[in-house]
Amino acid sequence: MTGDTKGRYATGKPTSWLNRTYKHHLFWPMALWMALLLFNLFYSPSFFKVVVREGHLYGSLIDILNFGAPLMLVAIGMTTVIATRGIDLSVGSVVAIAGALACQMISKGSDQNAVSLVIYAVVMALVLSIALGLWNGLLVSITGIQPIIATLILMVAGRGIAQLITDGQIITVSSTPYQYIGAGSLAGLPFSIFLVAIVFAISALLTRRTALGLYIESVGCNPEASRLAGIRAKTVMIIVYMFCGLCAGVAGLILSGNVASADGNNAGLWIELDAILAVVIGGTSLTGGRFYLTGTIVGALMIQTLTTTIYSVGVKPEVTLVVKAVVVMAVCLIQSEPFRKAIISRWKTRRYPAEREVTRHA
Amino acid sequence: MLKRQHLPVAATIALFILMFMTGSFRYTGFFSAQVLFNLLIDNAFLLIVAIGMTFVIVSGGIDLSVGSMVALTTMLSAGLLQQGGWPAWAVIPFVLAVGALFGAAMGALIHYFKIQPFIVTLAGMFLARGLCYLISINTITIDNGFYTDMAQTKIRFGDYFVSPSVIIALVVLVLAIYIAHYTRFGRTTYAIGGSEQSALLMGLPVARTKIMVYMFSGFCSALGGVVFTFYMLSGYGLHAVGLELDAIAATVIGGTLLTGGVGYVFGTFAGVMIYGVIQTLIVFQGTLSSWWTRIIIGILLFAFIVLQRLFTMRSDRKTGSVEKMA
Repeated sequence: MTGDTKGRYATGKPTSWLNRTYKHHLFWPMALWMALLLFNLFYSPSFFKVVVREGHLYGSLIDILNFGAPLMLVAIGMTTVIATRGIDLSVGSVVAIAGALACQMISKGSDQNAVSLVIYAVVMALVLSIALGLWNGLLVSITGIQPIIATLILMVAGRGIAQLITDGQIITVSSTPYQYIGAGSLAGLPFSIFLVAIVFAISALLTRRTALGLYIESVGCNPEASRLAGIRAKTVMIIVYMFCGLCAGVAGLILSGNVASADGNNAGLWIELDAILAVVIGGTSLTGGRFYLTGTIVGALMIQTLTTTIYSVGVKPEVTLVVKAVVVMAVCLIQSEPFRKAIISRWKTRRYPAEREVTRHA
Repeated sequence: MLKRQHLPVAATIALFILMFMTGSFRYTGFFSAQVLFNLLIDNAFLLIVAIGMTFVIVSGGIDLSVGSMVALTTMLSAGLLQQGGWPAWAVIPFVLAVGALFGAAMGALIHYFKIQPFIVTLAGMFLARGLCYLISINTITIDNGFYTDMAQTKIRFGDYFVSPSVIIALVVLVLAIYIAHYTRFGRTTYAIGGSEQSALLMGLPVARTKIMVYMFSGFCSALGGVVFTFYMLSGYGLHAVGLELDAIAATVIGGTLLTGGVGYVFGTFAGVMIYGVIQTLIVFQGTLSSWWTRIIIGILLFAFIVLQRLFTMRSDRKTGSVEKMA
């Protein structure tokens, strides 16, 4: 972040168009995503084929949007939390709990297809998700516990709670309206995409068109200073954790609706890690402050494209993890200031020997 | 007298005794040395892994890769023994070296490129799990003589017995306590956890120590993996899923501050024992399902974190405004 500002303001030289593009926060995530898509273009041209069948669109690109929807939702919530210098490890558990509660309530109903029952179950699941977010928010803001620890509690206990709700079983439902959330399609596109679009639009409007975004950034930069400046830092923190809980809840409904069942153990497993990854790839620093919602979306799409690419290339799906690990490291190294300096300094001649000493201890 | 900084550890030990006594009064057959030994037998690998985690957390970092490292070790051992035809005496040093190197590499990335430990070890976690599947996606059963011997040997104390793994774990525990409190490496680790900047300005070898801390954690998780292999007698990519959470939870319950700089290896031992007691209590109760373990661990985590927070808040107030100035 500091490198950015230096490059833009400290030099005093007018920056060229190319330099501006390079410095733009979306440059790296977009470049990585484009590289992946280009690879697919040459490797399997059928990747970009979208066909219309029975009024629905089919194709790899649509799959990426559909399967990436829960990740995008969770990542949007995670972005706002990370912007306040926090982190929410419990999203995977919240995903499992939301799906478990909704499926449990629907499976208990007399008519599983009743829209009123589904709406009731969905609302209850979302209320519970927000309440869990509130719990995280209260722990972080009021007691002042580090976010990574505070949310670890719910991460550990959450899967237990989800299994408590489902009584350790995998609950299957046969409810058309509920399945519509995860597997339905609207105007030819998967319904889940519209949910992502709505959540993204609301969060982007709230953070970029109202002062809320500024508050979040200032709390992320310095909570104490923003409190002294008259911002209710604690309230802002509670709100972002509640929003993150809500996003995870919606993602949980999509995931469980897609497979028409709730699995307390495996629903949303590792989604918190993918979400954090998406946020980091999107250019938001884990140290808080600035955040980029669009970058996050691109990051999430990139992760999903990567997964789909690995499948289509024909690599064993289990190897996905290795590739993911390599990509994570590559992205983090590119974003790491010392690493870039180390690379650049290979081309630069040293002006005086002491400089080497200075950089080594910096 | 009891020092203030020992209070969290004392609380953990008291809680363990209290839980064990509760179990003894409620269930017949609970109060026996064998139940106590079984706690050690069933949690030897967790203890070893959690000890490595304690060092990392004391240094102010975190290591998410330990569970995957355990799985990779079981898989690597099984693959080399069963498919590679290596002898046991070559496999064990090899997997330990792999673990240590893996940890050192992560430590180097964390230190030299200033990437957050959370992200680097997360990538390490993905990588180790993925490598398991590169070896095989199925379970590999081990029928090597040395491994089955280690699994079946019982070291007897009168009527009671422990497994060789328990001896390994206890040796690691004693060594780790020595390293943490009586060596330069241990003191530097605490110093880095307290303030990396100060440690650097004091001229302490920050780079070397940080890399060694992760190397030690990698080594411990590989050793934990070897012990886990003795316990399971198989290699599988899905072994020890979520073990990193158990190890972090045991460390925190043992009184180590996740902010770094404060913590005791012995506290981690008590934390692991509490973990074991909860599982044993649930088994003895019979009517409770296994997921209650997670919920109870979550509640304990909450209680201990709030307790720690209260302690640190009070000491903040005592040291006064110095920290606020900084």
